[in-house]
Amino acid sequence: MTEALDVLLGAWRDPRGRFGALVLLVVALAALIGPLVLPDPLAQPDVLRASRPPATQHPFGTDQLSRDVLSRVVTGARISLSVALLAVTLSMTLGAAVGIVAGYWGGAVDATLMRLVDGALAIPRLFILLLLLAVWERVPLLPLIFLIGVTGWFATSRLVRGEVLRLREEGYVRAAEALGARRRRIIFRHLLPNALGPLLVAATLAIGDVILLEAGLSFLGLGIQPPTPSWGGMILDSREVMVSAPWTGIFPGLAIVITVLSANLFGDALRDAVDPRSA
Amino acid sequence: MTPLLQVRDLVKHYKAGGLFGRSATVVRAVDGVSFEVARGETLALVGESGCGKSSVGRTILRLQEPTSGQALYEGADIFSLDRTALRQLRRRMQIIFQDPYSSLNPRMSVGAAIAEGLEIHRLATRSEMPGRVAALLEEVGLDPSYAKRYPHEFSGGQRQRIGIARALAVQPSFIVCDEPVSALDVSVQAQVLNLLSDLQSQRGLSYLFIAHDLAVVRQIARRIAVMYLGRLVEEGPTEQILSDARHPYTVALLSAVPEPDPTARRNRIVLSGDLPSPSNPPPGCPFHTRCFHPLKSARCTTEVPPLRSVGGTVAACHYAESTPRVSEMSVA
Amino acid sequence: MTTVLEVSNLRVSFPGANHTRFSPVDGVSFSLERGKTLALVGESGSGKSLTSLALLQLIPDPGRIEAGSSIRLGETDVLALKGEALRRIRGRRIGMIFQDPMTSLNPVFTVEAQITEGIHAHFKVSRAEARDRALRLLQEVGIPDPAERLKAYPHQLSGGMRQRVMIAIALSAEPEILVADEPTTALDVTVQAQILEVLDDLRSRRGMAVLLITHDLGIVAGRADRVAVMYAGQIVEEAPTSALFANPSHPYTQGLFASVPRISGPLRRLTPIRGTVPAPAAWPSGCRFRPRCPQAFDRSEIEPPLLSVGPDHRMRCWLAEEPGKSTAR
Repeated sequence: MTEALDVLLGAWRDPRGRFGALVLLVVALAALIGPLVLPDPLAQPDVLRASRPPATQHPFGTDQLSRDVLSRVVTGARISLSVALLAVTLSMTLGAAVGIVAGYWGGAVDATLMRLVDGALAIPRLFILLLLLAVWERVPLLPLIFLIGVTGWFATSRLVRGEVLRLREEGYVRAAEALGARRRRIIFRHLLPNALGPLLVAATLAIGDVILLEAGLSFLGLGIQPPTPSWGGMILDSREVMVSAPWTGIFPGLAIVITVLSANLFGDALRDAVDPRSA
Repeated sequence: MTPLLQVRDLVKHYKAGGLFGRSATVVRAVDGVSFEVARGETLALVGESGCGKSSVGRTILRLQEPTSGQALYEGADIFSLDRTALRQLRRRMQIIFQDPYSSLNPRMSVGAAIAEGLEIHRLATRSEMPGRVAALLEEVGLDPSYAKRYPHEFSGGQRQRIGIARALAVQPSFIVCDEPVSALDVSVQAQVLNLLSDLQSQRGLSYLFIAHDLAVVRQIARRIAVMYLGRLVEEGPTEQILSDARHPYTVALLSAVPEPDPTARRNRIVLSGDLPSPSNPPPGCPFHTRCFHPLKSARCTTEVPPLRSVGGTVAACHYAESTPRVSEMSVA
Repeated sequence: MTTVLEVSNLRVSFPGANHTRFSPVDGVSFSLERGKTLALVGESGSGKSLTSLALLQLIPDPGRIEAGSSIRLGETDVLALKGEALRRIRGRRIGMIFQDPMTSLNPVFTVEAQITEGIHAHFKVSRAEARDRALRLLQEVGIPDPAERLKAYPHQLSGGMRQRVMIAIALSAEPEILVADEPTTALDVTVQAQILEVLDDLRSRRGMAVLLITHDLGIVAGRADRVAVMYAGQIVEEAPTSALFANPSHPYTQGLFASVPRISGPLRRLTPIRGTVPAPAAWPSGCRFRPRCPQAFDRSEIEPPLLSVGPDHRMRCWLAEEPGKSTAR
């Protein structure tokens, strides 16, 4: 696995990669530790402490329900990152599986699968999600993650299929066939490990996409349901006090921007680190 | 003594382009090739790009399915074997590839790559593997400690050796060497050629040695078969072909090989025109469009010459008896 | 015998680990004569391709040509040129042919476009005149049906054809020097013969000086007037072709000859040079061939300069001064 380390180091050496990775690490740490040390965002409303601007006791201020904005942003981080990681894992697994089957088996199987993917790609993801979520009101967290994941694997399958088509012609794959390797061995030992590079890059960039997607859905009231804090939901709630207590909306907004930007920067650096090494 | 490998009328056509089977161009990569390889012998399959020699190698190993024809290994029909039997055959027949840079999985350690054959065919237990791998590495002239390293740490020549070790692991008796030294530097080429030669005598291996360089082939093959546009045009003992080739293409090929000797007679036959496309081979003799034989006639454009004995070789030329020798010809 | 190009002490360096630099081309000197071919022979890692790129200042970043190097084209100091002046040299005075015709031609432009591009870059002519010149160039390189071929795209041509087109492009600006970097390595042997014939023909007709870079001793024997053998960034032997083949003196040259398979003559087992080519970042100290040299002796610990072994024949080996120490048969 020294190859993986080399790639990660390569991404780290790139200033974009380092910045992205560090910020993501900070966000992740905050998400893990934050909720343990900060006041409970679901505490009882206290009119006296409502809508207070940022101060020492409440570094991000409080919202109109007197909830500490920092706590909510940090808990929201936990939610957003979990949703992103789980949904992306699902998408990548599905995409890789379909891509490998289509690429390696070829023929009719490939043609059918790819036509299905083409059809699915023609329909905007947001549209499907909006439709499904509007019909299914107040969707719980896990089904939400599932829906996001299951609508996001199409482009990945094309990507993996492309890699598999290329790798199939490589000498070492032929050599494995000549040695008598069964299909399973070729897929898991030879194709998958070498297709991992582009797949990881796609995954990293997808994380940014999903965070934005989930924030958007929550902003529309269709994603994460209150009282669970989510960045999108916080922005939705802040609409009524945008003028009087702008910090209520600014901080969650900044959180989204910074996290997505970092994920994209790291993804870019990762892509550059993976690229020159592929033969 | 039955030959180890018998190939009869092997044909391999590729379909290129065309939508849903509508008038696609057919590339006639291999167009009726027959030959035999005896036990412990090396037959060289020689030709330039597009002649189909690599396709022959891959098809007899069934890495590609043939269009028609027969290939018998120790009497067994390779093309009709089922999956299990084919897998068994893979222990007997192996292949070494041309490009050392793509023939090894960059994510697998050298030791794992070499041991793969052992794993697939369960030829060694977990504990035995390191020992077997080490022995194989030594056999190909590499330090056993290299097993833990990765392909990118090695040079082209070393990677070729690793590829050879990998093929040897399953203890084959027949190896298709698909241009194994073409991508290597001169001095490394010599090392690998010597290695292949030594392994042959030590292990009693038989080779189908595919190459385009006649000088290289001379070092390792006792017999040569020359291919042009998917067909065999000449076959015979190496020294016979080198001194008295009967097919005009072979003569041209020999004269085109640059000799490292400035005092050598420079009678070079420079073929006119380009190689015809394998998807559109000329009618009659495939070589007639570039042939310089003084007796070339209309017959050459209509009748495909059969392979027949002439002098010490077999050649596919209507006028093989009187093919001019290089020294007799004036410089083109 | 007119010298058209004089290269002295050429050194090309690249950054290595820990802020060091290493030099894959390390003090190379040679000259090119009008109407003659100099062959630069070496294996991978010898630095021969970089040497040719240096002539046109085409060394890729982050490499650079070190101070102390000199490339003189007649009166002009090529290394002092920049910008427009350098552009005027490229193609117009020194033309270059690359190894792989598959990737050296632009797939989206026709043959005509690619040849006339060179013409327009250096001459003020009308499009019709440029097309005419392109046509004549294609004829000169032996392409049948040149008018048809002008309209073709690279993928419609065979390897041999593409290489001829490359030669035509290289000649389009009428250079006095032609650098051919392994022009036939990617081609079949019969096509190779054709291309070499074309190059020879052009050389004598136009009186160009040719720098032929190759690893193939057979090509050298047939086509070069003079040979320089490179190893580990240095020239280790240089001589007129006949002298080099009659009397290869440097142990590396001898090793090369012993490892080349031949199509005629007695069949003998090849004797390869033991070991591998050193990496440019780690040249051995003293004589760079010492770790692999069957004739190394104590003096090899000191890096030898080029020493004379015959008329116009020099080698980088102490055996030139102490032939008694030689163990060659």
